[in-house]
Amino acid sequence: MRKGDSGSAEKITPLTMDVYAENVLDHYRHPRNKSQEPKTKVQDSAIIHTEENLSCGDTVTVHLAIENDRITSISWDGTGCAISQAAMSMLSEESSGKSIREMEVLMPQNVYDLLGVPIGPRRTKCALLGLHTVKNAMRKHAGKEMQRWTETMGSS
Amino acid sequence: MDAVRRQFPYLRAKPQPVYLDSAAMAQVPDAVLDAVNAWEQSSRSNVHRGMHERAEASTIAYESARSTVQTFINATHADEIIFTKSCTEAINLVARSWGEQNLHTGDAVVLSILEHHSNIVPWQQLQERKGIDILWVDMDDEGGLRYDQLETHLQSGRVKLVAITALSNVLGTAPDLPKIISLAHKTGALVSVDAAQAIAHMPIDVQELDCDFLAFSGHKLYAPTGVGVLYGKRELLQSMPPFLGGGMMIRNVTTEGFSPADLPAKFEAGTPPIAQAVGLAAAIDWLKQYSWKDIQTHEQEILQLTIDRLKSIPALHILGAAGNFQFSIFNFQFLHGCLSFTLSSVHPHDLTEILGRKGIALRAGHHCCMPLHKRLGIPASNRLSVGIYTTKEEIDACVKAILEAQKKLHP
Repeated sequence: MRKGDSGSAEKITPLTMDVYAENVLDHYRHPRNKSQEPKTKVQDSAIIHTEENLSCGDTVTVHLAIENDRITSISWDGTGCAISQAAMSMLSEESSGKSIREMEVLMPQNVYDLLGVPIGPRRTKCALLGLHTVKNAMRKHAGKEMQRWTETMGSS
Repeated sequence: MDAVRRQFPYLRAKPQPVYLDSAAMAQVPDAVLDAVNAWEQSSRSNVHRGMHERAEASTIAYESARSTVQTFINATHADEIIFTKSCTEAINLVARSWGEQNLHTGDAVVLSILEHHSNIVPWQQLQERKGIDILWVDMDDEGGLRYDQLETHLQSGRVKLVAITALSNVLGTAPDLPKIISLAHKTGALVSVDAAQAIAHMPIDVQELDCDFLAFSGHKLYAPTGVGVLYGKRELLQSMPPFLGGGMMIRNVTTEGFSPADLPAKFEAGTPPIAQAVGLAAAIDWLKQYSWKDIQTHEQEILQLTIDRLKSIPALHILGAAGNFQFSIFNFQFLHGCLSFTLSSVHPHDLTEILGRKGIALRAGHHCCMPLHKRLGIPASNRLSVGIYTTKEEIDACVKAILEAQKKLHP
């Protein structure tokens, strides 16, 4: 189970609440910052990283440009379920302009808060595929080893 | 139909559940729960391990369950029936015991692209350890096997075993087992049958089939979880070394070593799944009150209706044979138990989650068949599976909900 999220978030979003809330569906139908290629101006310095969820075949590729320790541009591409794609869309808005330090402290709960719907154990990996991809893109940029799913999920 | 459904505690629930996931787990009738409960209440004790009355009652119940399974699949001898914890363990037993002893570098095992991971990975584990090759038999566009490839493989003279499913857990298509077994035996190869899905949907006679091994589990046959069966021809089982070591499987143990017990104990190390075996026998007895003809007629009617209804949904694609069949030429002998489909622009996890919230249970994913899904060129699919208790109303409710889900995700 997820760490440190058994408190207030569950009360605001009871499990009976529809996971396909309008705001999730809106991001799914109209994904933000989605494009097959990195944004033109950052093409030269873009960090490109792909992760997939083998159990359901969802994939996300992020293209990042980092200047002065800050994300100056982010775009992404992917296929998958509404939760994974909406979460990445929201995360791309959230990450834009953030510093490396700010990205390091980005946690699963931040993604759940963005989604605003209850994410049960069945859908955890869907919700966090984008975060996992972004985290590892940042690591790639820093020349560090890739982090495992357990680390992204906060249970390592 | 109501008379069948009323016997299942879960299916009596209100509102009426729409349970279309029996290929993963069949529901269990009262008769099975009662038999398990009766054993717990009046016979619970270990088997073959005491002189007291309960030990005897429990042993009698356990061995009687073995005889029930023997009769059900028409094995020649009761000691050809080995109780395991699952179909998976039964297949692993064949791989670890028979495979370790009989397969050597350069030998080959034939698998089909339809196989479940439980009939792939145990052989891949052997591949690494023993230096054997795995030769794959592809399928045609209707989900039937490429028997020409099987023949080519067999002609290589290297094939020692064909490990084949009796029924695809994704496409619902049944390979021609008599043909496969006859072809294999002609070249001296043995045949191990994975009957996990088939066992609940068609009569199986191991003597008529002449298969060398056959495995299935209880939970897809309206029985408890935690029990599986391995059938093996007696002379093969006798010649094989033990699989797991422990109590019950020995004849004699000294500080220097051990000698194994006779069949079937040799392969039943540790306390076996006694209550579960009793439940399995009760499930078989319960099922036998219906004829296979009636069961199959009912399930085929439901599958025909399902295909017909699903085909009316725009952008829905049924995988394999079921997708190609014309309603009028639906082949009675070809499709059993389940079918799978994809819906354009709707991920299976989204569809089944939306359906699940309406009390409609389907399975989504690769159904433990990643090579098959790769072959089909899709990451995942939705599977609709039926059982003896499935109703037309359930199919109608499911189809209605699919249309609503489609509209919700892409208005």
